[in-house]
Amino acid sequence: MEVVIAIAIGVLFGSGVWLLLRPRTYQVTIGLLLASYAVNLFIFTMGRLWVDKPPLTLNGVPTDLSQYADPLPQALVLTAIVIGFATTALFLVVLLGSRGVNGTDHVDGKEPKR
Amino acid sequence: MTLWQQYLLMVPILVPLFSATVLILLSERHHRLKFGLNLVTTLVVLAAAAMLLWQVDSGTLPLGIGLHFIADWPAPFGIVLLVDRLSALMVLMASGMAVCALLYAESRWSRIGVHFHSLFQFLLMGMNGAFLTHDLFNLFVFFEVMLAASYGLVLHGYNSQRLRAGLHYIVINLVASFFFLIGVSLLYAATGTLNMTDMAMQIATLSPDDYVLLKVGCGILVLAFLTKGAAWPLGFWLPQTYAAASPPVAAMLVLMTKIGLYAVLRLWLLLFADAPAVLQGFGGEFLLWSGMATIAFGTFGMLASQEPAPIAGYGAIISSGILLSVVSFGDADLLAGALFYLIGSTLAIAAFMLLTEIVNRLRTPASAMLALTMEAFAVEDKPSEPVGVVIPAALAFLGIAFIGCALMITGFPPLSGFIAKFSLLRALVELASSGIANTLIWLLIVLIVVSGLTGIISLMRFGVRTFWATNITTSVRLSVSEAVPIVALLLVFIGLTVQAGQVMGYLERTADGLLVPQHYQSTVMDNQVATRASGGDT
Repeated sequence: MEVVIAIAIGVLFGSGVWLLLRPRTYQVTIGLLLASYAVNLFIFTMGRLWVDKPPLTLNGVPTDLSQYADPLPQALVLTAIVIGFATTALFLVVLLGSRGVNGTDHVDGKEPKR
Repeated sequence: MTLWQQYLLMVPILVPLFSATVLILLSERHHRLKFGLNLVTTLVVLAAAAMLLWQVDSGTLPLGIGLHFIADWPAPFGIVLLVDRLSALMVLMASGMAVCALLYAESRWSRIGVHFHSLFQFLLMGMNGAFLTHDLFNLFVFFEVMLAASYGLVLHGYNSQRLRAGLHYIVINLVASFFFLIGVSLLYAATGTLNMTDMAMQIATLSPDDYVLLKVGCGILVLAFLTKGAAWPLGFWLPQTYAAASPPVAAMLVLMTKIGLYAVLRLWLLLFADAPAVLQGFGGEFLLWSGMATIAFGTFGMLASQEPAPIAGYGAIISSGILLSVVSFGDADLLAGALFYLIGSTLAIAAFMLLTEIVNRLRTPASAMLALTMEAFAVEDKPSEPVGVVIPAALAFLGIAFIGCALMITGFPPLSGFIAKFSLLRALVELASSGIANTLIWLLIVLIVVSGLTGIISLMRFGVRTFWATNITTSVRLSVSEAVPIVALLLVFIGLTVQAGQVMGYLERTADGLLVPQHYQSTVMDNQVATRASGGDT
């Protein structure tokens, strides 16, 4: 399981970095999204990977730490998702503004000279 | 700690939050009302910051550390707000600068777009929160509040140049935030806590298996802070963003770069002080080298810039570099000197940002070009007017203010920048004569001196071209609301110089406190029982 998650995070982040370095703002947006997915997954796995263990205390499950997953990284991921989503949305607005004012979707606001 | 002392810590965070929320609801037509509310809030925050500073230094708080346990959760589990001498000073500096920037923005800049005032308050809230929080993830949240507000403010005024610079600024900071998150989660994986003090205690008893996680986590985390603090090679975004932002916003951005450095200073001194011998001073050499490279980069950049905004930007980079390079020595005198220089130069660069905007209104592009060509072709500048022209009062005021800023930025006498640099260099020479890392220290001394010299060359060139070489025929229109903040900042410089002994004493106590992390441990981890009991009584 660790290997699968690690490869998934690596592929997501790698694709994200590649897209971030592209010259078009839309590609940069998608790159930011992919990288933020990778980061969110990464935070989640930092609470160690558990199968079939709830992060909340339940009736019937003994109150023993080994029976529960670490709830904190899950809470952190929620916060990180919300913040990442909001800032990406903000970036989209700037992207549209830049497209409208400069008439191009190049990240430098003008087409490179050929 | 009494109850009001605890809740005073919330004032610099909560008051701007409420005020910003109210300001969003008010329509832009009520411009004066919005400005008034914003100003009152900022003044309240300034008063709270002054009170915090008085509390931590007057001995009413044990060890000069004040705490607030949010929702009364005990320390490693809940979020703790902590004020010590360093954070009180930073909050005071931020709110004082905010008052000046706001006053300056009143006559022009706050009216060229919408929601300036609410974004301004959110920025203030994020900055104060970042200074006061003692929880690593909470620090991330406040960083994001601050950055989100600054994205809006950089774009305030919305033209092609601002959009381009804003786009780059946002992408770079978003990526830096990813690094922040990765670093925080790695540190959590290694130590199992997010409270900074508790993390330091966990590191002291960490099993060697987790050293790798810890080291990688710290390395990635510091990348995020150094990007925000504009250390070389992560600071290329800074000059063009400063140049594009409107002047009051740029003045606040100068302060924002210092937050990254504040985080490095706090965490590095806290986390590794008690660590096992293998981890002692981890990354210190990297910080030193990166600081020196930053000073060098700023020096070259300053020399190469012609326009005021990049000059100020590179000045900010140099002052970042100086603090960064002395952190790792862990020497109280050195830290105190560097902090003194940081305060003076940050305020001076911010004042310079405000000042040059007025000056730039005088300098038409044509006259600047003329001055440049004349210099390039070594044309003798024959004055067509008789010698001894009457300089209008407003222009004289601008000139004096400019000289004040230049002296503070470069650390030349007679203002406090010189005292700060002198104490910094003296502490460095003392360290060098005691024989640790000798050549490196001398290299650092040379870099600091050279950066000051090139700074004065660059600023003098700008000053001569602006105030002497151009034939300014139009009279300067100087509105009161624009002059007051500059006068206030000049008075602060004079105050810092006259009261240098007291300020230096405070900073020495600050540095001494930072170098004894055991104080934080005993306050944060042990005092909570008493605090909780007293909280329960009321």
